[in-house]
Amino acid sequence: MDPMIRLILAQGMLGLNNGVFYAMLSLGLAVIFGLLNVVNFAHGALYMLGAFLALIMYSYVGQWIGMADLHIGFWPALILAPILVACFGMLIERFLLRRLYKLDPIYSLLLTFGITLVLQGLFINFFNASGTPYPGMPESMKGVTNLGFMMFPKYRLFVIVFSIVVCFVTWFVIERTRIGARLRAGTENPELVKAFGINVPLMVMLTFGFGTGLAGLAGVLAAPIYSVSPLMGANLIIVIFAVVVIGGMGSIAGAVITGFSLGLIEGVTKVFYAPAANTVIFLLMVIVLLVRPSGLFGRQG
Amino acid sequence: MSNTTSTTSEIGEFEQDDVSPETHKRGRMVQAVFWVVLLGFLAVAPFFLYPVFVMQLLCFALFAAAFNLLIGFTGLLSFGHAAFFGGAAYVAGHVLKVWGFPPILGIIAGTLAAAAMGWVVGSLAIRRQGIYFAMITLALAQIVYFFALQMPFTGGEDGLQGIPRGNLLGIFNLSDPITMYYFVAAVFIVGFLAIYRIVHSPFGQVLQAIRENEPRALSLGYNVDRFKLLAFVLSAGLAGLAGSTKALVFQFASLTDAHWQMSGEVILMTLLGGMGTIFGPVVGAFIVVTLQHFLSGIGSWVQVVIGGTFIACVLLFRRGIVGEIARLLRISSL
Repeated sequence: MDPMIRLILAQGMLGLNNGVFYAMLSLGLAVIFGLLNVVNFAHGALYMLGAFLALIMYSYVGQWIGMADLHIGFWPALILAPILVACFGMLIERFLLRRLYKLDPIYSLLLTFGITLVLQGLFINFFNASGTPYPGMPESMKGVTNLGFMMFPKYRLFVIVFSIVVCFVTWFVIERTRIGARLRAGTENPELVKAFGINVPLMVMLTFGFGTGLAGLAGVLAAPIYSVSPLMGANLIIVIFAVVVIGGMGSIAGAVITGFSLGLIEGVTKVFYAPAANTVIFLLMVIVLLVRPSGLFGRQG
Repeated sequence: MSNTTSTTSEIGEFEQDDVSPETHKRGRMVQAVFWVVLLGFLAVAPFFLYPVFVMQLLCFALFAAAFNLLIGFTGLLSFGHAAFFGGAAYVAGHVLKVWGFPPILGIIAGTLAAAAMGWVVGSLAIRRQGIYFAMITLALAQIVYFFALQMPFTGGEDGLQGIPRGNLLGIFNLSDPITMYYFVAAVFIVGFLAIYRIVHSPFGQVLQAIRENEPRALSLGYNVDRFKLLAFVLSAGLAGLAGSTKALVFQFASLTDAHWQMSGEVILMTLLGGMGTIFGPVVGAFIVVTLQHFLSGIGSWVQVVIGGTFIACVLLFRRGIVGEIARLLRISSL
C-alpha cells in the first residue's frame, strides 16, 4: 500500500478515536439542550469526573476501606462511574439549575461555568494538575490488532465500537420509542405534556442525569487512553462547543455524525500540517458560520 | 427546541418605573458620590497601597468596564474577551520591545489590533444569537490562544518578557512607579469616560434598546447587526487598551491573559459588580483582584472560591453589588 495512504488511514483511525469523545459529549449536550435549553459548560468537568472516578475506584477505594489489595477494575467502573456522575448531575439540576429556568439561558451557562471551576479547582488540589495514568486497563484489552494498514490498539478499537453502539442506542431511544416521544414532546411544548399527566420536572431531571452520565461514560472510556488530569475536560469542552456550533444542537444524529467526522478531519489534518490540527475544528466552525450560520443540521431561521 | 432565538433578556435588568424628578436628583447625587470616591481613590491610592497592585486593579477595572459595554448594555455575552485583552498585550509588547516604539504608540497599536480582532470575531459571532454567540466567541478566542502558544514572536509558554516601559513623550520616565501609576490612572480615566460617554450617547440608547427587545429595535428600523458589531469592536478595543496597559505595567505578556479562564474572570467581575451599571465592573474587578491577591497563598483553592462566587452570584444576586445598591436607593442608573 502507498505509504501516504497508509499514513492517512492511520491518522484517520486515531482521529476517529478522538471523534468518539466529540460525538459522545456533543450528544449529551444536545440531549440536555433539547429539553432544558441549557448549555452545560460543566460537561467537560463531568467527563473529567468520570475519568477520575474510574481512577479512584482502582487506586484509592481499596486503601480507604482498609483493603489495599482491592482494585475496582475497568468493567465495574464503566457501569458505576457514569451512574455516580449522573447522580451528581441530577443533584445539580434539582438544586441549582432548576432555579434558573425562567431566566435567560446565559445564566445557566454561567452557573455551570462556576461549577466547572469548583470541580477543576478541587481536583487540582487533591491530585495536582499534571495528570496520572490509569493503571486499571483490563488484560483482555491489552495488545494490538492488525487492521491491514496499521497495528491498532485493541482497547481503542473497543472504544470506537462501543461508543458507536451507545450513540446508536441513544438515538434509537429518543427517536423511536415511547419514552423518547415524550421527551421530544416535552421539548416542543412542556405545558401540554404536563397536561397529559407526565411529570415534566422529573423527566427534565432524568434527562440531565442521562446527558451528564454520557459525559461520565466518555470519561471512563478516556481514562486508559489519555492521562487522567483535572484539566482534561476544560480543553475538550471548547472543542465540543465548536462541534456543536458546526452541527447545530437541534438533532441527535447530527451531533453524533458531526462529532465523528470532525475527529476524523482533525486526525487527517495532522498528516498534512500538524500545527493546524489544534485549530482546524475552529476554522471549520468559521467556514460553517459564513456559509450556513444555523449549522449543518440546525434548523434555519 | 423552545425559544432558542428568544432575544428578550433579563441581563442588566432595571426598574425604571419610578423616574420622578426626586429620584432623578437622588440618582445624580449618588452618582456624584461614586465619582468623587473613585477619583479620590485614584489620586491618593499609590501612597498607601503598592502602586503595581493598584495599577493591576485599574487595568482589570477597565477590562471589565469594556466587557460590560457588551453584556450589560447590549445584552451580548462574549466568552472570548481574554483574546482581546491578551492579544493586545502581545501586540503592544512586540511593538514596544522589538520595534522600540514609545509607550503611547505601543498602547495605541495594541488597542487597534484588539479592535481589528473584535471586528473579525464580532462579525462572525453576531451571525448567531444568545447562547450560540457565547460559544462562538469562546471558540474563536481559542484560536487566538493557540496562535499565541505556537507563533514564534509570542514566546510560547514563556510569554513575551522584558517589555520596556520607556519614556512618556520623551519627558516622563515610566520606570518610576509613581509616574507610571499616574499614567495608568490617566489611561483608565480616558477609557472609563469613553465608556460612560458611549453608554449615554444616542448610540448607547439604541444598544440598550437592542438589549431590551431586539425584534422591536429591528422593527423600528435600526440596523441591529451594525450596532451590535460596532459595540463589539468598541468593547474589544477598550479591552485591548486595558491589556496593552497591563503589558506595560508588568513588562510582560503571558498566555494567562489570553486563556479562557481570563474570559471567565472578567465575566465574574462584571456579574459581581453589576452588569449594566457604570460603576459595577470597577467594584467587581477591585473585589476579584483583591481576593486573588490575598488568596494567592492557598494555590488552586482560589479557583474553587472564584467558582463558588460565580455560583452564588448567579443564584442569589444577579443584579450585582452596585445593581443592588441602585435598587435599594431606588435609582435607575449608577
